[in-house]
Amino acid sequence: MEALWINTFCTTTIDVFRTMFSIEAKPGTPRLKGEPYPTADITGIIGFSGEAQGSIALSFPSDTALKMVSTLVGAPMTGLDMEVADGIGELANIVAGNAKKEINGIGLSISLPQVVIGKNHVLSVQSTIPIVVIPFSTPLGDFVVEFCLKKK
Amino acid sequence: MKVLLVDDSATIRRILKGLLGPLGISDILEAGNGVQALKVLAENPGIDYMLLDWNMPELDGLGVLKQVRANDAYRDLKIIMCTSEADKTKVIEAIKAGANNYIVKPFTPDIVKEKLVL
Repeated sequence: MEALWINTFCTTTIDVFRTMFSIEAKPGTPRLKGEPYPTADITGIIGFSGEAQGSIALSFPSDTALKMVSTLVGAPMTGLDMEVADGIGELANIVAGNAKKEINGIGLSISLPQVVIGKNHVLSVQSTIPIVVIPFSTPLGDFVVEFCLKKK
Repeated sequence: MKVLLVDDSATIRRILKGLLGPLGISDILEAGNGVQALKVLAENPGIDYMLLDWNMPELDGLGVLKQVRANDAYRDLKIIMCTSEADKTKVIEAIKAGANNYIVKPFTPDIVKEKLVL
């Protein structure tokens, strides 16, 4: 894990949310994942592979996810259905793709998105790679980015 | 103008449809992966533009691009990649394979309008 990558994932997330929602996503203090574990109602996950391996996850409480996808599509979303899942998965995809570009010198591929829906779920990653948790606050609500990445 | 939107994300297709409407484009077709895209192209002559995602199941955007550019029937089709693949190497790879232009997600309405050359 390179400390520089924390800044990469931070600034990429900020830039993506600024462009897609015209809002400022303010990062809190990054920390290594440990107790208390962040919980969420919906999470978009993208895997990284190639010259490094890892993943990034964007986790949202229900109301934040609904507001964000409603803003994206210009129509009210009322429940965590497949349409909202698609929107959250695509958000994760866009953050991952843009972060990948900024991680210089490492050939990376990104997976198709996976989305987890479940009230107050916790993500558990079976890995020895340290996981960094970055909380964000926005006018549409708070969310969390979790990522891990290790060069092969 | 007839446009085909190819993206496995229904959200992105919905956003793009919303952007194209105010630009006066109402004849819009959709496909959720590369295999569907080739089917829609074959069944709907006269498509002017294809906005094409890269990472999709079944057949990815690069695969679609190569197959379409190998078919002379689609020589006038303008293909614009619209993808989260932001690396310079990917852009070069797509242009070499025959893409006319490239949009990196996230995009703004102005960027879409500019790339469609409207």
